[in-house]
Amino acid sequence: MNYIGEHLLPGQIGHFFAVLSLVVSLLATVTYALAFRTADPMAKQSWLKLSRGLFFVETISVLSMFVTLYYIISNHLFEYKYAFTHSDLSLQVEYLLACFWEGQEGSFMLWSFWHCVLGWILIWRSKEWEAGVMMVVSFAQFCLATMVLGIYFFGNKVGSSPFVLSRNEGFFDSAPIFKDVMTGHLRADYLTQLKDGFGLNTLLQNYWMVIHPPILFLGFASTIVPFAYAMAGLFSRKHEWIKPALPWASFSAAVLGTGVMMGAAWAYESLSFGGYWAWDPVENASLVPWLTLVAGLHTNLIYRNTGYSLRPTYFFYIISFILVLYSTFLTRSGILGDTSVHAFTDLGMNTQLLLFVLVFLLPALFLYFKEYKKIPSIVKEENTYSREFWIFIGSLVLFLSGIVIIAKTSVPVFNKLFGTNIAPPEDAEFAYNQIQIFVAIVIGLLTAISQYLKYKDTPKAFFGKKVWIPTLIAVLISLTISFFGDVHYDKKGPGFLFAIHMAIFAAVYAVVANAAYVWLGMKGKIKAAGASVAHVGFGLVLVGILISSSKKTVLSWNTTGITPLQGDPKAKGNAAGDPAENLTLFKGVPTDMGKFMVTYAKDTVNPLDRKRYFEIDFSAKNGGEKFQLYPDVIKQNKGGEGFSANPAAQHYWHKDIFVYITSFQENNREDTTTFRNRETKVGDTLFYGNGFIILHKVSVNPPEQKAKILPGETALFLDMTVISKDGRRYPVTPGIALQGMQLRSLPDSVVSQSLVLKFNKVLDQNTGKLEIGIKESGAITDLITLKVYEFPMINILWLGVVVMVIGFGMSIFQRVKAAGRGALRVS
Amino acid sequence: MKKMHIIVLVCIAAAIVVLISYTGDLTTYETIASAKEKEGKFVNLIVKLDKAQPMEYDAVKNPNYLTFTAVDTLGNNIKVVYHNNKPTDMEKSERLVLKGRVQGDHFECKDILLKCPSKYKDDPKANKTIQTNS
Repeated sequence: MNYIGEHLLPGQIGHFFAVLSLVVSLLATVTYALAFRTADPMAKQSWLKLSRGLFFVETISVLSMFVTLYYIISNHLFEYKYAFTHSDLSLQVEYLLACFWEGQEGSFMLWSFWHCVLGWILIWRSKEWEAGVMMVVSFAQFCLATMVLGIYFFGNKVGSSPFVLSRNEGFFDSAPIFKDVMTGHLRADYLTQLKDGFGLNTLLQNYWMVIHPPILFLGFASTIVPFAYAMAGLFSRKHEWIKPALPWASFSAAVLGTGVMMGAAWAYESLSFGGYWAWDPVENASLVPWLTLVAGLHTNLIYRNTGYSLRPTYFFYIISFILVLYSTFLTRSGILGDTSVHAFTDLGMNTQLLLFVLVFLLPALFLYFKEYKKIPSIVKEENTYSREFWIFIGSLVLFLSGIVIIAKTSVPVFNKLFGTNIAPPEDAEFAYNQIQIFVAIVIGLLTAISQYLKYKDTPKAFFGKKVWIPTLIAVLISLTISFFGDVHYDKKGPGFLFAIHMAIFAAVYAVVANAAYVWLGMKGKIKAAGASVAHVGFGLVLVGILISSSKKTVLSWNTTGITPLQGDPKAKGNAAGDPAENLTLFKGVPTDMGKFMVTYAKDTVNPLDRKRYFEIDFSAKNGGEKFQLYPDVIKQNKGGEGFSANPAAQHYWHKDIFVYITSFQENNREDTTTFRNRETKVGDTLFYGNGFIILHKVSVNPPEQKAKILPGETALFLDMTVISKDGRRYPVTPGIALQGMQLRSLPDSVVSQSLVLKFNKVLDQNTGKLEIGIKESGAITDLITLKVYEFPMINILWLGVVVMVIGFGMSIFQRVKAAGRGALRVS
Repeated sequence: MKKMHIIVLVCIAAAIVVLISYTGDLTTYETIASAKEKEGKFVNLIVKLDKAQPMEYDAVKNPNYLTFTAVDTLGNNIKVVYHNNKPTDMEKSERLVLKGRVQGDHFECKDILLKCPSKYKDDPKANKTIQTNS
């Protein structure tokens, strides 16, 4: 049957290139393997030529798939499932790319694409290692190609194709409007009924989501290079790859680190984790390969300079890539369902994803242990006063910290394997923090001192002479921070607070010592100081993390007294903990919020990005600054009914103030009714449209209403209960406050009943007759609830990331240049 | 034995100790019935929102107070109190993971994880249930 208006050609092109890419990547693996094995230089050259041709076809295939999918999404061809489920007509052009990586298929293609780019650089630069390295890369390309294949083999679906049609995926089966009334089959013109797609998840409609995934996937993809070099080294039993692998490992660490931190920046700006880092399994899974890669990078340096630590270098490079695959498995298999908010969904490819890990893990480990004894190693022990000894300790600590993190993250996997039902601890973040703070201390100290040690042996006089100046400066700075920096994170007891102060010292020490080393150790030769600069950046990252996390404060504590909270929210043992963090604002009413008076001034809907912006005016009580913030909400798509909120931030150099809307109610009906005045007394019952109201008692200056009463005022409050027809009870306490002849009304309301009660006056003191006003309006005035956070010193963290990446860049540049000159050593 | 070996062993031992001590902090997924037996213990419940019962949330009265009734797969139910704002789309979610402890007649919830059929998902079956239900 032919359907009207379908564009089937792009899908066919896409499918064709998906299959072509699978076939040529497999062929390229084989031909590269043959080129790798053969000893005859003539045969080797001809195999290499053929392999490059195949890899060229592979690159063309991957690019064509990319272009085809982009064509489908940008032209809104909703007959394709990918466009239908991940985009809609109203989406801005800049987010079209984000649709790619909302689904698993697109992100696999992105990964594949980066392998192609890296592959060509390897073909260009890696000379005699090309065959071995590209064999591994091509095999990985083959594995990735299976992920987007979507073909059934013996009843098992292999991969999930991004080029499938919506009508074949059961989207219209239960929707009668797409059906032909006569036959019950899909209508030939079903596309005319298909108005719009599901759209891109509103959380991903953020500029960070356009740039973060490509960088992160470049980081993931690039970990294959050190791995491939290591595998080629094991196969050929030659270990000279260690030199060309070093800049690659630096590159990978820089890009993966940037990718992870961009994810943190996104989490920070969208506040979807409540901060920049929440030890979410998805974050952990990408952090851990970075830790092991950095460990490998350092042991690689040790080997190049001393001949020690070749075996650990192999191990770290292998395990980094395996951990990237494992993180792919964790985030894409749906196994994290109950512990992570940000994982992909299960596409029914779990077995395939697991095989993806095993097909690299098992041969790599087998080969590693088989060759272990043959990998050269120095019998004599490292000198305790040598750089290599302490760098190795640091690498080991990084590796073990990574193991601890990934073991905790893998709890859902254990549950699956052993049928247990273990859940994360009560304070999951603290469970990580209490361990990693000590890792930060150790790594900070090692980062600080290692540069002052020399390889092989350090003259003690040299070390002592150089190291005391930075040590002294670091002690002074960190003591200043500790005493005047107002770091009072005592929620977890004095022991943890002490550890924070220790870690602040270690981090400051790392910054100061490495900055000083550029002059003390290298005599200002900044060009060769890539490592020092990267270490300064790393130290700054640590300082930023420690200060900002331990000083994050909530500004929107609900102290308005609009309602008494249930118990003391700050009291220990209150299971609700502290989250009395939402403040209610009525339109146009300034509300007291700690240092500020805040007012919800107005809201507007921007038709372009479909967001509703709220103008919140802040004015500092001490009369200083005034500013406006515009947090917004965007309507959920994909069947969701609510809204997702985007925060707005006021940035200062030393802190950020974040505001975001947690709920809003709009008065969409004209408010025409007025208060009707009624006479009543204690014990009386009054009726209203939807039930009745009982007045229990009148109290003078009740302590629970203290927050509403100004000094010098006398207040009367009515203790009343509204009972609606469906039997639900709502306590209300309207009141009046008197000061001399000044009378202030303190009305109370029941929003769900659209009821406002006002205490007007006492009519007769003797009989206890009172007058109250009752208003049953269409709706109460517009109101919002919001949360306001202050994050201090976060800019140190971002600055640190930038400095670290610059440092990596400098050292890569130095090494590549040195390799070009044929020089052996730089450091 | 070389000192490097000793250090490596000490570090690995430390890592193992850390992991074992971590198991002490771990909690469990419980049903409502078993959570009620362990009153006061921090547990995780996997439940659904009972839509037959009223959900109370009034931002004017108290933006930090939400109460609703949860029902688990065995059909048991419990009143839940959550001292925070109502998560958007809560009514739409097909599954809730509640973290907290049973206190007296209700469940004091510290954290709610929503499992929305449509969020982050491109699962046609899940989207279909949404369409047919509404």
